[in-house]
Amino acid sequence: MVLLLAVVPYVLYVTGNTFWLDIFTRLVILAIAACGLNLILGLGGLVSFGHAAYIGIGAYAVGIPVYHETYGGMDAIASYNGFVHLGLALLCCAIFAFITGVISLRTRGVNFIMITMAFGQMMFYAIVSIETYGGDDGLTIDLRSELPFINLDSPLSLYGLCYISLLVVVFLTYRIRNSRFGITLQGAKSNEERMNAIGVNCYKYQLTAFVMSGVICGYAGFLLGNFTTFISPEMMDWTRSGEIMFMVILGGAAMLWGPVIGAVLFIVLEFVLSEYTVYWHLPFGLMLIFAVLFLRDGVTGAIHGLSSSGARHQS
Amino acid sequence: MSTPILEVRNLCKSFGGVVAIDNVNIQVAEGEIHALIGPNGAGKTTLISQLSGLLQPDSGNIIFQGKDITGLPPYQFSLAGLARSFQITSVFQELTLADNVALAVQAHAGHAFRFWRNAKKDPALREPAMAYLKQVGLEERAGWLASEVSHGERRQLEIAMALATDPVLLLLDEPMAGMGREESAELIGILKNLRTEKTLLLVEHDMDAVFALADRISVLVYGQVIASGTADEIRNNSKVRSAYLGEDES
Ligand SMILES: Nc1ncnc2c1ncn2[C@@H]1O[C@H](COP(=O)(O)OP(=O)(O)OP(=O)(O)O)[C@@H](O)[C@H]1O
Ligand SMILES: [Mg+2]
Repeated sequence: MVLLLAVVPYVLYVTGNTFWLDIFTRLVILAIAACGLNLILGLGGLVSFGHAAYIGIGAYAVGIPVYHETYGGMDAIASYNGFVHLGLALLCCAIFAFITGVISLRTRGVNFIMITMAFGQMMFYAIVSIETYGGDDGLTIDLRSELPFINLDSPLSLYGLCYISLLVVVFLTYRIRNSRFGITLQGAKSNEERMNAIGVNCYKYQLTAFVMSGVICGYAGFLLGNFTTFISPEMMDWTRSGEIMFMVILGGAAMLWGPVIGAVLFIVLEFVLSEYTVYWHLPFGLMLIFAVLFLRDGVTGAIHGLSSSGARHQS
Repeated sequence: MSTPILEVRNLCKSFGGVVAIDNVNIQVAEGEIHALIGPNGAGKTTLISQLSGLLQPDSGNIIFQGKDITGLPPYQFSLAGLARSFQITSVFQELTLADNVALAVQAHAGHAFRFWRNAKKDPALREPAMAYLKQVGLEERAGWLASEVSHGERRQLEIAMALATDPVLLLLDEPMAGMGREESAELIGILKNLRTEKTLLLVEHDMDAVFALADRISVLVYGQVIASGTADEIRNNSKVRSAYLGEDES
């Protein structure tokens, strides 16, 4: 998997299939976002339905400074510098996640889903209402973030950055999963009352995870903005949040590679199904229901299960 | 009696119209095993839940080690030194027994804002966890998932987890519920061994266990404490005989 994502896009690009490199880039960026969501959804067991907002914030953190650097105004943030964009993306996401997390983490279950979705939509409408940045019509990013050593205008460099970022994020979530912090989160998911009874204030850990998760999605948004160079509020819509959720759940929440597998499945399904019908979201939904009902750990879990039961039969 | 380690003052709790705890006063002395008995629905679990902070009383006070802890969030009760086990087994089903206990050890080892080191290989958590499992006789099941072991073993796990938070006072809600004879006898032995280190408030229906263990007994009926005293005093109390023990014998 790791190798596949490293070699195939390179070969495709060298052989002139730039279209496919684009698909891979989008795939890897979505996988990063899914890993971010998985932190709160998979490890924490909290179904956040507003994570597209962070991707949007990350993307606008590129678009807005570039816009002002080009057309003037807002000197404080106007810049082409990638570090300014990145810093802004992560900071804004952390703040937004903290504020919304403080409120939404007081609820559970359906209420949590609804309130995170409401906050996401709030961000969506906020951007729609700002005419300066194109409102509904979106905003074209005239110049990509400037970074030392990496030229994001080169599709291959951009892909390289995304790819390495994904590896870092997966490794990070791997460490977190087995750390005291990660185990505390999983305990709260498994049995929150028991956690209380053994003396753990779950809230502060869940809030931290919520912020971390938002920040990772914001980073994905930073990459996405640089990739598409066209951003619009549509990327914050609740259906987008649903798509990331789809990846995490179908791939296997709580499985390390689940979100990545989920992102691959998403891209493949989207590609195949949209060939046949414009209503491709419908079979998507059905598949998600199937995954939730029958595959406890998603596709990744099912593959795991098959291979380990196969191994048991052989022995 | 020396100053009590736990003092419950005029505690009241209703659920809608049902008065579950009706002006209860109980004192638990340091180092004793205090049994709380009473018929089904008397309010024993409701009382334990309030003493562990998981339920808020309507009125009254809970004074633990001289401090009024009424109204604190539940994790503060645990940090103050009160640990409970649950009548309906409540453990982390998808974790191993060792992980279950290690999580309880970790909960009392300070904050868990540690994101990097592998906690499953941390001897500071593993070693005490194994010691607690051993204390309740579960060391051989350490690697099993909580969902895979027998009911009786899960009950013992409950106790290991409560012990792992290093409590001053253990609140045990029917620890022997659903256990076989042998397992019960084993558990009585384990609890007897604890009496030198801990104070115990024990809810139990099994009267043999109660008379074998308890220094003092309080009897709860319809949310009220109708008697409190030594085993002999309780056995010979006419109110208790008619309200509870008589019922039990029939
Ligand atoms: N969450 C609740 N909501 C409504 N009523 C409740 C609730 N919990 C307990 N009760 C009621 O309060 C009363 C006391 O219940 P409790 O569980 O404390 O009894 P108990 O002494 O533990 O009984 P048992 O021996 O069966 O465990 C009962 O009448 C019960 O129906
Ligand atoms: Mg009960």
